[in-house]
Amino acid sequence: MTPRARIRILEAATFALACVPLAKLVADGLLGGLGANPIQVVLDRLGFWTLSFVILSLAPTPAHDLLGLAWPVRIRRMLGLFAFSYATLHLAWYAGVDQFFEWSVLAADVRKRKFMVVGFAAWLLLVPLAVTSTDRWVRRLGYVRWKRLHRLAYVAALLGVVHFVWRVKADLRRPSWFAAALALLLAARLVPRIAAWRARRPRAGARLAKGAGPGAA
Amino acid sequence: MPTWRPDLGEAEATPEALWLRRRELLALGAAGAVGLLLPRDAAGGEPGGATLAVARTVEKAGGEARTGWDAVTGYNNFYELGTEKDEPARNAGSLRTRPWTVAIEGEVKRPQTVDVDDLLRWFPLEERVYRMRCVEAWSMVIPWVGFPLGDLVRRVDPTSRAKYVAFQTLLDPAQLPGQKRRVLDWPYVEGLRIDEAVHPLALLAFGVYGRVLPGQNGAPVRLVVPWKYGFKGAKSIVRIRFQEQQPRTTWNLSAPSEYGFYANVNPEVDHPRWSQARERRIGEFFRRRTLPFNGYADEVARLYAGMDLRQSF
Repeated sequence: MTPRARIRILEAATFALACVPLAKLVADGLLGGLGANPIQVVLDRLGFWTLSFVILSLAPTPAHDLLGLAWPVRIRRMLGLFAFSYATLHLAWYAGVDQFFEWSVLAADVRKRKFMVVGFAAWLLLVPLAVTSTDRWVRRLGYVRWKRLHRLAYVAALLGVVHFVWRVKADLRRPSWFAAALALLLAARLVPRIAAWRARRPRAGARLAKGAGPGAA
Repeated sequence: MPTWRPDLGEAEATPEALWLRRRELLALGAAGAVGLLLPRDAAGGEPGGATLAVARTVEKAGGEARTGWDAVTGYNNFYELGTEKDEPARNAGSLRTRPWTVAIEGEVKRPQTVDVDDLLRWFPLEERVYRMRCVEAWSMVIPWVGFPLGDLVRRVDPTSRAKYVAFQTLLDPAQLPGQKRRVLDWPYVEGLRIDEAVHPLALLAFGVYGRVLPGQNGAPVRLVVPWKYGFKGAKSIVRIRFQEQQPRTTWNLSAPSEYGFYANVNPEVDHPRWSQARERRIGEFFRRRTLPFNGYADEVARLYAGMDLRQSF
């Protein structure tokens, strides 16, 4: 099998798997498996999968840097786009179905409910990332700037976790899974950088000592 | 001069009767699509379990359709049995509701510990059909079975120092596995001012739909206060305490800015995280407007005359 074919299969498999939560929602909806309050269940599940895909999309880079795995990087863009898709469905479901375009409520959500504000801000942050996800945009911005822009994914993930923490009434178990996963991924990014930074410090010290040498001599 | 010739045969045209009903049919299609989103069990389900003899039925939900048995007993907030809506029904098997005693104590002239089977014979049981409004902005219509809490209060005869009544839920992590995690400060405590407790609408419930309460609904005995948010209705009660001080109630301790002691249903006072102006009746697609005091304002508003209900929410 050519490498190209392998990537194609990987992408197809990722796409299919990422559609499973949505397919299950539709199937449960048709078969009456969403319980007594289906509108709420759909909203909650879309939110859950949004956060899941946001977190998943942050995993390929550390997986590559720390574990030397190359294949997750191949599906990073798709994971990110699914995160944005589920986030958009989540938001649209809230505004269009749950609240049925009750603009006074939606305006009040953004005006005075911080729980809603952070969720909405997280979605807004994902918009430029989705727009600039194409190869063309990488070229247009230049890789360095593009990469810097896409670090916003971490901010979006953080806001998403906060949104979930503030969503639950008292039981923080599920939001804390996401918080732990995000903390782990952040640490995986930061730890090598800090190690590299520390590794540079003695060299700086040595240079200083060397510079002091001749003067003392 | 060219004459117009129909190129559509009579048989191919839409029958007039159908054409005239086109809007209706479109609406039907839309309703069908919406119907896919509606729960199958919001209106359905056959009541199960032992029956309770009911002396009379008091309709207090304006004749609105009752929420079905399956939804009433399958969509519950009872954190002691799990924090997801379907968990209480799944986990209720571990709750042993017999033998069961309720301690009535504090500022009363006749403190006592009473077996629940005796307690439910203290007064004739009646069916009370009430609206139930959850603080999470969903609601149901539920036919409870019980007797007025006021009857019990008068029987045990509070002293002049009894200003409040506190209700405590069973504390037993083996029976209520949700208590193994400190999601809330167990045991669950709720409370009422004494004048609220003797209001004729306040109910001590032993059953629902003419049957003995299922565990997930707060068996064997629970509080129902229809003009307040559902969390005021303490479940699986083991202690009723009369006291001078306002009880420290569980949700109020957990998040004082979100859950007040009074917790009267009030569309004007939003929860910090969502509007309380509208609610979703379980089984309906569109939200409906929430009524002050859950529609019982005529009967209970006088209890709060002179109070700032934004302050005392």
